Amino acid sequence: MEKMLVSPSPQIRDNISTSKVMTHVLVALCPALAMSAYVFGGRALMLTGFCMITALIWERLCNLIMKRPDSTKDVSALVTGMLLAFNLPVTMPYWQAAIGTFVAIVIVKQLFGGLGQNFANPAIVGRIVLMLAFTGNMTHWVVPFYDPDNIVTGATPLAAAHSAPADYLDLFLGKVGGCLGEVSAAALLIGGIYLIMMKIISVHTPLAFIGTVFVFSYLCGEDGIYQILAGGVMLGAFFMATDYVTTPVTKTGKVIFGIGCGIITCVIRFFGSYPEGVSFSILLMNILTPYIDMITKTKPLGAITKKKEAKSE
Amino acid sequence: MKLNSIFLSHKKGTENSETIAMPLPARVKISMSQHMGAPCEPTVAKGDRVLVGQVIGESNAFMSCPVHSSVSGTVAAISELLTAGGKVCKMVEIDTDGEQEVSPDVKPPVITDKASLCEAVRQSGCCGMGGAGFPTHIKLNFDESKYKVDTLVINAAECEPYITSDYREMMENADDVMCGIKLVRDMLGLKKVVIGIEDNKPQAIKLMREKSADDESIEVKVLKSCYPQGAEKVIIFNATGRVVGEGQLPSDQGVIVMNVTTAGFIGEYSKTGMPLISKRITVDGDVVSTPCNVKVPIGTSAEDILKFGDCDKEKVRKALFGGPMMGMCLYELDTPVTKTTNAILAFGEKADKKKGIEDRCTQTNCIKCGRCISACPLNLMPTELEKAYDRRDKEALMKLKVGLCMNCGSCSYVCPAKRDLAEKNQLAKAFIRT
Repeated sequence: MEKMLVSPSPQIRDNISTSKVMTHVLVALCPALAMSAYVFGGRALMLTGFCMITALIWERLCNLIMKRPDSTKDVSALVTGMLLAFNLPVTMPYWQAAIGTFVAIVIVKQLFGGLGQNFANPAIVGRIVLMLAFTGNMTHWVVPFYDPDNIVTGATPLAAAHSAPADYLDLFLGKVGGCLGEVSAAALLIGGIYLIMMKIISVHTPLAFIGTVFVFSYLCGEDGIYQILAGGVMLGAFFMATDYVTTPVTKTGKVIFGIGCGIITCVIRFFGSYPEGVSFSILLMNILTPYIDMITKTKPLGAITKKKEAKSE
Repeated sequence: MKLNSIFLSHKKGTENSETIAMPLPARVKISMSQHMGAPCEPTVAKGDRVLVGQVIGESNAFMSCPVHSSVSGTVAAISELLTAGGKVCKMVEIDTDGEQEVSPDVKPPVITDKASLCEAVRQSGCCGMGGAGFPTHIKLNFDESKYKVDTLVINAAECEPYITSDYREMMENADDVMCGIKLVRDMLGLKKVVIGIEDNKPQAIKLMREKSADDESIEVKVLKSCYPQGAEKVIIFNATGRVVGEGQLPSDQGVIVMNVTTAGFIGEYSKTGMPLISKRITVDGDVVSTPCNVKVPIGTSAEDILKFGDCDKEKVRKALFGGPMMGMCLYELDTPVTKTTNAILAFGEKADKKKGIEDRCTQTNCIKCGRCISACPLNLMPTELEKAYDRRDKEALMKLKVGLCMNCGSCSYVCPAKRDLAEKNQLAKAFIRT
């Protein structure tokens, strides 16, 4: 008889793994991908695929150079690649997109120690770097259903909020200009609801984020619904502000995080010089996350806190 | 307020298997360490003839109770045993003679008050049969001037997958259970009894309600089927709404918790005087061809019991005493059953992944998903605890209250990175004691 296996309890584990979580996120992003392919044509799919593949290549190269175990199987690189692609305009040159995934995977994630150790959302930083480096290309918005031979550009609905506001229904369904993944609020909502139902993300962050944008916009005299549907709020709230690694762990922390994101987004949109503030808001809140975690520790059942101890003495 | 919990698949395939008395094994090996208190010293020597119910181990320690022979026969050896918990203790090996001659010492106890109840329970060798094995007479013998105990909570949650021995106790031994409950209630002068049963055992709920219909002080409380419903602090909270604080005993909150099988044993003992020498055990697992509930003499080896369940021992790669969440792995299949064993589970190799019984899984980085925090019934932060332990930060561990962890294993269960969080908590608890 072979030797018996002895291991510490528990002997059973839930049927979930990091790669499964990431695969669920990929699935949840698919409706938005389909919508962007419908609105912007085949290049949307090509660009997304390109970002995913380059992200995977950077990840594997890092593993090899840093002599770390293969981390491509956890699917997180694919999610980062897809999210970054969703933040790009459809006309973005491929080589610039590759720089974006390089920044995201190599600089933000692997150099900090790989998945779980990065302090900021890789896709967000990738987008911000591209935005600062290639501002022209990153703000080159084509109109929906464009003719590749005769590209007509237009303003994003957010930039045109006051001059030529888009129709609510067009905004909701995605018949507007903008980044690949941001256009259709409906598709993102479907993906977000899928993630919540699969218990991959909790409802706290998106609700706090979107709710704050609505309320803050209303208080500033802006159109709250328009502010939610246009731009990156939906993508950010459901897919970027819910990234496990770079956001608080407790429910209270998640609510604080969402409210913070909402406020910063609105402040940048209404008072800053950029038309869009979602990525900056998430990055800023990422930086605050360790502090939010510090002040939102859970209270163990029946635990005696310092104050009570002092009293009883 | 609601405590965090997780949902496990019940796998209670043996719930309708009536208990079968197993044929006497050729040899029993009775451990001198049957519960969490001090181990006993053998009072018999090699070659002695012993009878059923005869005391073979005794200790003068406060937290201890005697060990009795479960068979009649001859002491073959007094040797050392490596227990499932990894400790080494003495054991008495007895060759059975098949006559099962009962010792003349076995006679019904006279119980008239709290003191005589506690003494009788001590003499019976009774300890908590839910798993932890706290000597019952100490639990009952609380200091009345210090603790105002008014409620008895009967723990019949049985929240671990596979195990059905408590359920069978209720179905087959309901009268003894009630008798034990009433005896303890009356002798200790308690006002209220709450029997907590998970809602996946409707038959037991019905039966217990019928049996206690004429008694207003006994309430059958239906609890949600979730893990770890049967953990002491959890069932106290869910049955009575009281929170047992850090460093407190249940009696600080006026509660005594007793496992339903313990209550059933006390009831039976008060009638027959037969000490705790046998145990109902659920035999299950993917390599057990005939899963069943068996009544076995204490000291029967796991191997003999698995053989009774038509289990090919060559196929067994992992065997457990207890459930898959908190049970302990056996180092060797010939480890004997103790008073606290309520199940033997055996798992093979091929079905590993499918059945979810795995060898240590590959760990990946913590992704801070927070699942462990929302799974912990005591609201601890396992991910933070793990980090604090990894940097050996005693102060942070104390601040995060690692001492409260009861090793239910929920955090490890839900972790997508397959980190051994529960194990780390145990290590951390040992570390802060140093």
